[in-house]
Amino acid sequence: MNTSIYEKPLPQPDPDSQMFWDGCKEHKLLVQQCKGCGTHRFPPDSMCYICQSRDYEWVAVEGRGVIYSWIIVHYSPHRAFSRDVPYAVAYVELNTPKTIRMCGNIVNCKNEDISAGMPVEVVFDDVTPEVTLPRWKPTK
Amino acid sequence: MNNLKDKVAIVGLGWTRFSTNSGVSVKNLALESCKNAIDDAGLTVKDVDGIATYNIGDSVSPYVVATGLGLPELRWNIEYFAGANGATSTLLTAACAIIGGLADTVLVFRAMNGRTGTRLGGAGMSLNTTGIEQYCVPYGLTTFPQAVAMVARRHMIKYGTTSHQMGAVALTCRENAILNERAVVRSPLSIEDHQNSKMIVDPLRLYDCCQETDGACAVLITSADRAKDLRHSPVYLMSGTHGAGWQSGEFFGKTTAFWPEWDELSETYARTMASELYGKAGITSKDVDVAELYDCFTIEPIVQLEDFGFCEKGEGGAFVESGAVRRDGHLPMNTHGGLLSEGYIHGFNHVLEGASQLRGDAGARQIKDAEIALVTGYCGPVANAVILRR
Ligand SMILES: [Zn+2]
Repeated sequence: MNTSIYEKPLPQPDPDSQMFWDGCKEHKLLVQQCKGCGTHRFPPDSMCYICQSRDYEWVAVEGRGVIYSWIIVHYSPHRAFSRDVPYAVAYVELNTPKTIRMCGNIVNCKNEDISAGMPVEVVFDDVTPEVTLPRWKPTK
Repeated sequence: MNNLKDKVAIVGLGWTRFSTNSGVSVKNLALESCKNAIDDAGLTVKDVDGIATYNIGDSVSPYVVATGLGLPELRWNIEYFAGANGATSTLLTAACAIIGGLADTVLVFRAMNGRTGTRLGGAGMSLNTTGIEQYCVPYGLTTFPQAVAMVARRHMIKYGTTSHQMGAVALTCRENAILNERAVVRSPLSIEDHQNSKMIVDPLRLYDCCQETDGACAVLITSADRAKDLRHSPVYLMSGTHGAGWQSGEFFGKTTAFWPEWDELSETYARTMASELYGKAGITSKDVDVAELYDCFTIEPIVQLEDFGFCEKGEGGAFVESGAVRRDGHLPMNTHGGLLSEGYIHGFNHVLEGASQLRGDAGARQIKDAEIALVTGYCGPVANAVILRR
């Protein structure tokens, strides 16, 4: 756990997303699965965009994927992040289900070594006692 | 089917000075640009009965402008809370209000102190972590340049687009701005300057980013019947579209954008809507003489040139690099210098430039015999555009 004071903005869960962030705290990557048609969805929502069912359950996904796109931030106008530049943010496309993409930092990897399609896996970073952020590291 | 083609025309154009420090309030800018548009049409405030605008909470409402100008009556108005998805769609909505008889003569404006006030690039904005932004802002994806850099990278991955090609967009715009007295940046720009400019968010460099600007611009529109007798030759609205594709998502928050649900970042909804846009105007992309394409960042025109059918998908970078969109090429683009060099009035300055080219009063930057213009606002998972003719 990071023992210094965490000064970056933290997610503010809402009724749709609370379970996702609760899952992260338990080091599980949870997404919704529709009980009507089986479609997985992220970001969380109250209705299925395929069959309009409002019935769903939370399921854990494996947390492995590939880099779909990425950026290296060299300048940030926000003090919370400007001390970290250059840092990497990626869209990760999950292996299963492939329809889900998540945004996150790439860690344990030099910025110049990041490439399209690079396999990554989730790592959970307990940034405060209450909040855990999923980040992504290269799969060995 | 009902069609708005040629039923409404732009009859007046009004600008304020564009600068990095206006020294006046946004209200002041709004009033000045609107009054200039009314004067340009040869009309008075008594002729205006509608006002439309778009903003992100950084500007003034139609009521404020109606009060300030002294309009006898505001019969219709709309204040659209929008990013640059409002750039051409606000004009389109106002045209529909005229066709529907809700108003006869409408001012459409965008006023902002985009450098000294609210800076849309993110500086000075407090970070939001609710809604869609809870899934990206905690990781430091906090600004629009960063969100668009993600699009640029994806286009590079899929199609081999290069930083040099994005630089060619910046150079094309700058060449045009040099001819434009209103432009905020008019110094020559070389590809070396572009390549040596500092990296803001890889793959976007400083000269891939538009100019934060203080200023305003306005158009006055009225029915085609009424437009015939006014001072300038009318610029007719041929068609317009504004919508979103499958799973466009929440797409933008308070300080940044994030598209986890959008199928393919390197494509825009323009790819779908272009056929309706051209179809309702009764033209094809080959008929377009000038294109004023939304260019908050250099990648954006590249993707739009593909998705509006001017070149094959994936060839937008090479198309720009070939010189095809320079003022002597076959599709002159961003003839005023664009948001990249004329200034960032949230895309609305593209509407005025398109109209100015079609009236034939664009001065040193006039494109000979321009008859049809494509003007776009932001194009991504959502998109908006209009086609104008003289
Ligand atoms: Zn379903």
